[in-house]
Amino acid sequence: MKQLPKFLLSAAMVATMATSFSAVEAATPPDTLVQAWQIDDIISLDPAEIFEFTTSEIAGNTYERLINYDYKDVSKIYGEVAESWSVSPDGKTFTFKIRQGKKFASGNPITAEDVAFSLQRAVLLDKSPAFIIGQFGLTKDNVKDKIKQTGPFELTMELDKAYAPTFVLYCLTSTVASVVDKKLVLQNEKEGDLGYAWLKTKYAGSGPFSIRDWKANEVVVLERNPNYDKKAPLARVIYRHIKETATQRLLLEKGDVDIARNLNPEELAAVSKSADIKIDSGPKGGVWYLGLNQKNPTLAKPEVRKALKYLVDYSAIADTIMKSKGEVHQAFLPKGFLGAVNDNPYKLDVAKAKELLEKAGLKDGFTVTMDTRSTADTTGMAQAIQQTFAQAGVKLEIIPGDGKQTLTKYRERRHDIYIGRWGADYQDPNTNADTFAANDDNSDNAKAKPLSWRNAWDPGPLTAKTRAAVLEKDAEKRAEMYKELQQAVLDDGPYVIMLQEIEVMASRKNVEGVVIGPSFDTNSVAQAKKN
Amino acid sequence: MQRGGGHEALRFFLKRIAQFLIVLATTLLGLVAVTFFIGRIVPIDPVIAIVGDRAPPHVYERVRQELGLDLPMIQQFWIYLKKAVTGDFGNSVLTTNPVMTDIANVFPATLELATLGTVIGTLVGIPLGVLAAVKRGTFIDQLVRLLGLVGYSIPIFWLGLMALLLFYAKLGWVAGPGRIDVTYSYLYTPVTGIVLFDTAMQGQWDAFWDAVSHIILPTCLLGYFSLAYISRMTRSFMLNELAQEYVIAARVKGLSEMRVIWRHALRNAAVPLVTVIALSYANLLEGSVLTETVFAWPGLGQYITNSLQNADMNAVLGGTLVIGAVFVLLNLVSDLLYRLLDPRTR
Repeated sequence: MKQLPKFLLSAAMVATMATSFSAVEAATPPDTLVQAWQIDDIISLDPAEIFEFTTSEIAGNTYERLINYDYKDVSKIYGEVAESWSVSPDGKTFTFKIRQGKKFASGNPITAEDVAFSLQRAVLLDKSPAFIIGQFGLTKDNVKDKIKQTGPFELTMELDKAYAPTFVLYCLTSTVASVVDKKLVLQNEKEGDLGYAWLKTKYAGSGPFSIRDWKANEVVVLERNPNYDKKAPLARVIYRHIKETATQRLLLEKGDVDIARNLNPEELAAVSKSADIKIDSGPKGGVWYLGLNQKNPTLAKPEVRKALKYLVDYSAIADTIMKSKGEVHQAFLPKGFLGAVNDNPYKLDVAKAKELLEKAGLKDGFTVTMDTRSTADTTGMAQAIQQTFAQAGVKLEIIPGDGKQTLTKYRERRHDIYIGRWGADYQDPNTNADTFAANDDNSDNAKAKPLSWRNAWDPGPLTAKTRAAVLEKDAEKRAEMYKELQQAVLDDGPYVIMLQEIEVMASRKNVEGVVIGPSFDTNSVAQAKKN
Repeated sequence: MQRGGGHEALRFFLKRIAQFLIVLATTLLGLVAVTFFIGRIVPIDPVIAIVGDRAPPHVYERVRQELGLDLPMIQQFWIYLKKAVTGDFGNSVLTTNPVMTDIANVFPATLELATLGTVIGTLVGIPLGVLAAVKRGTFIDQLVRLLGLVGYSIPIFWLGLMALLLFYAKLGWVAGPGRIDVTYSYLYTPVTGIVLFDTAMQGQWDAFWDAVSHIILPTCLLGYFSLAYISRMTRSFMLNELAQEYVIAARVKGLSEMRVIWRHALRNAAVPLVTVIALSYANLLEGSVLTETVFAWPGLGQYITNSLQNADMNAVLGGTLVIGAVFVLLNLVSDLLYRLLDPRTR
């Protein structure tokens, strides 16, 4: 019995000691913006390689591109590093004049040499996003002749065809076309790698912020670039990797982070009641869709494809599971893109679906599987779809898997139905038309493998139409062509497109000026500040 | 006598070291082989982790070849082994760093947490277990057993979140998730990677106390879990010892109850307890993925899990090897401790 009081005493001592370490009053420094975000997808900070959401956003805040577009009105294209540009009469040569007097964060001046080097470098390194520039007939062998510096502040870019100028310009607004500091990068070149090994983890840009530090799975630290034209109000922007969303919420409520990026709908609803927290959102260029593999003979029947489009309760999903994260959208071009079709013809209609299934000789329904990434969003949607499918006798078996696992299967065309999201690669409508509505070769060892290939769908004449649309110079006619393509895919394509993605940020009320742009590299903190 | 003993001890020590090296080598080889082949069968394409979903086919194909994935599996394994022997464990595709550099970054975080957790678990768990054994069947015994049961059965992520909610969000007694506040994170230079140690050595006391405030909650939580295990095992070892004749003899001799319990019975129970503590420590060193996730603690558990989900096999293999080595090492240490604690083995 003697031990007990002693033990209690020591336990009490430990407890008092613990409490006396109590945390410094939680608040982030006034000149520092701290964001909680899942950033474990970062594999490279080199703009020639960046293709992930997180790094696109980081590059957007740390690098400048030759040209850019107005985040509020995507149709307004303006010069960023470029002062002006012109197109030759044959439509194949673009000439860019560079703004004078601009500097990189390193202090080196920005010249046409840097711009030409950056674009050539992207093609020569040939990483994942290189095709965005390479698709204009630029290859490793010819890029040095096709992209040429013609003066200290002038360069030309020669294309293989007379593409629609908007197509070319939009592609040049993407991350891969970021301008890198040639001198700095080449100082760090190893064995002719154009500074790739170095820039993967370092920084050589001219944007509002520079990248000070990246610790994988832990933190990315940005610091104000003093050489930027329009000095950023914040001295530092910190992205902390917080995997668990409930943890993000606690940190936000406590004020240990200023913005939480990955809260789920319930958490958003809960924090929105707080007087210190506000919610901002904006539509993004991603769509959620089902891919119906045409190698499956049942799914290959046109009536079945159509029936399944009537068997999803779009608005219920948008209002519950994906509340504040997605809005109903059924065409392959997201709202905000040139020519996007925004009327959504399908809604849940079990009677119509049954009728169509009967026509296909499947009066009693059928059984089909769906590869589903085991995240809350995807699984939630899959279960909702499972219920509505069942109403017409379609038995849906959900096969859960890790993200990379389901993707691997999808890419090998071994799925029945795949549920996932598709994000636009660049701001031109061709990005999604090329993948949803074109398929040059449906054979197993095709060279290009767009989404239509993954779903083993031959879109017939739509492929040619997609190819023609990138050459149409008249913007209105071009928009019309994309509308027709979307309509055709809506009618008969092997995709049940459901939602357009919405990005939500929950932030402390004193945070101002964070822009949620239409693409991932246009989320901007350049003019953000804290009051 | 003295010299002979010293000699023998040295011989024993050398023999153990030799045995240790052999065990280490075979364990690691086995681990590498199993992990390697499982990694190659996992239905995840590691190339996607590098090039992303939207890369053109020729880029995909090139990276596949760069990774050597087009070669026969046996050949891939042989290449890996040859490099590993020279200390080259390859680069992680996710972080682009050499795997061992990555592990040197994440392991101290886990080490810090696991060591403190085990210290708490041992310092509290053993007295609790002894107490429960001595007061067998009483209210105190039931209470200790209940405490252990709760520790065993409640999911750690739930308990972690609740603890955060209470002590961090509501009461504000401790700092939140993460190892150190942003304000302090650039005040010191990471040398060992153990934040408490680095900040203290560099005299950054504000940063040190901030780090303490961050680590308290996760260590207490891990401490509680190892306590649950240690107290239960202590209780049963002690019950076993207390029923022995020598205990009765000691009591008959008129020794105080304190002396009987702590000097005699516990001393004998200590030998198997060493293994229990070592095992529990090894478990924590493996990295408690859920605790690390809830507390945004960039440790080994999170690193390996994330690597596994992306089929980043170099990282997974490197992590497995380190864990394997830790297990073998702890085994050696507990063997040596046995020898110290149990005179019969001398």
